[in-house]
Amino acid sequence: MSVVFPGDYVPAQHVNLKLGPGLLQTSSIKSENTDSNVIATRAGILNHSANRSKWWIESNSRRYVPAAQELVIGSIIQKVGEGFRVDIGAAHPASLDSLAFEGATKRNKPNLKVGCLVYARVSLAHKDMEPELECFDAQTRKSEGFGELKGGFVVRCSLKMCRDLLDPKHFLLPLLGGRFPLEAAVGVNGRVWVSAKETKQTIAIARCIEAADPDGGSLDAEAVKDFLNTLDI
Amino acid sequence: MRPPSPSIPEKEFLFSALKESLRIDGRLPLEMRTPNLTFGSELGWVECALGKTRVLAQIDAKMVKPLPERPFEGILTIHSEISPMASSEYEPGRPSDEEVTITRMLDKVLRRSDALDKESLCILAGQRVWHIRLTLHFLADSGNLLDCACLAGIVALKHFRRPDVEVVGDEVTVHRPTERAPVPLAIHHTPFCFTFAFFPESSSSSTPPVLDPSQLEQRLSAGLVSIALNAQKEICVLQKLGGVPLGTDDILRLVEVAVQKARETHEFVEARLREDWLGRKVEVR
Repeated sequence: MSVVFPGDYVPAQHVNLKLGPGLLQTSSIKSENTDSNVIATRAGILNHSANRSKWWIESNSRRYVPAAQELVIGSIIQKVGEGFRVDIGAAHPASLDSLAFEGATKRNKPNLKVGCLVYARVSLAHKDMEPELECFDAQTRKSEGFGELKGGFVVRCSLKMCRDLLDPKHFLLPLLGGRFPLEAAVGVNGRVWVSAKETKQTIAIARCIEAADPDGGSLDAEAVKDFLNTLDI
Repeated sequence: MRPPSPSIPEKEFLFSALKESLRIDGRLPLEMRTPNLTFGSELGWVECALGKTRVLAQIDAKMVKPLPERPFEGILTIHSEISPMASSEYEPGRPSDEEVTITRMLDKVLRRSDALDKESLCILAGQRVWHIRLTLHFLADSGNLLDCACLAGIVALKHFRRPDVEVVGDEVTVHRPTERAPVPLAIHHTPFCFTFAFFPESSSSSTPPVLDPSQLEQRLSAGLVSIALNAQKEICVLQKLGGVPLGTDDILRLVEVAVQKARETHEFVEARLREDWLGRKVEVR
């Protein structure tokens, strides 16, 4: 595990090299003491896969930059012709076609109002274009949990926190789920939709996420458990 | 770009929680986030945090010629600009309505309330006065920037010490901090600002007002009432925004709460300033 800063050369070399977030391939080698042409574009911890073919940088931030195939939670801000404009917390609003839903046809379109929440997948993220969203699985064309999120509440957290929540080994959601039934949809754009039966429980989830957030309290499993016991649920 | 308004589920959840007198961050309706004051190595450098809202206040003093119409008074100017650093909804250059409100309130609370004794800033009548410049940097916005900025500003004024000057005839000598201890500014009183948010009335049940609204609460509120007052129960500014009708007794109830909070904040600020002052090694020779 090593920490890199923007501009550092990264010794990533492989015949089938794949670069993840925070890494950039440059056209020429500008430094004499390295033969790598991959530089870091953000500060964080450098990671690579076991066979050294995939490299990426883990870091924390608050502002989301869309990347293809990521799961996001957005809210509809406008209806435009055949689709919607969706705020996903990025620099630009994303567009969501009304045919990009399971079973949607020209006749049968989803009825979403301005202010509705959707759980979607980023289908196109190009730095010069508006991001595009889809609400179905690319292979099966089924909804697979995507689509409108009704009720519940959206918790905002740091980007690291929501990536952690997507990890099945992370302690928080199983811990909360052990106490009371809950539904959650995690977007990697720093938004987590949660829904529980009682208002108090939803608030408890929101506060626990806030408490476990590396950008907030950054409590560990034991501390969150103690914190949860102090809440009246 | 105007920030998109909160989504329908967020709105509905917040309102239904408030009806049960629950807030998303677990506070009581009339509970403030505890302010956190951080003092820098320089005098007059204060960072104030209310939860994740953070404002940095900094003070400079320099000598200038006074305004011709007020030859015996020093000058206090407040510079506050909300940059996109605070939140993506602020743009550089073009002040938003919220920013204008904050700037005007800061002017009223810190300058027009006469918290600072301006005559004590006079060095030589008509020729030399101190110009105190308060710069506020809005570092992060998570609701209630105004109260945080007012607190940062007033604490910075109390924390700051200007160099001592000596006037003999027309000769002005400025003593370096190493020669003579810098003197604190003469402060008449310390006003604190408290903001309450009101929510639209629904027919079934009423929603209580909340103190120190979070960003979501502030966005969804139908009206805001800001009360600036000092621990001696003297109201400096009372501002009401938005169209929620309020009765006299509603306002008086808020003032009662604000008085209580002002006393607590006053004690807290004094304690923190004393603690910081004792931690500084000041040697006077």
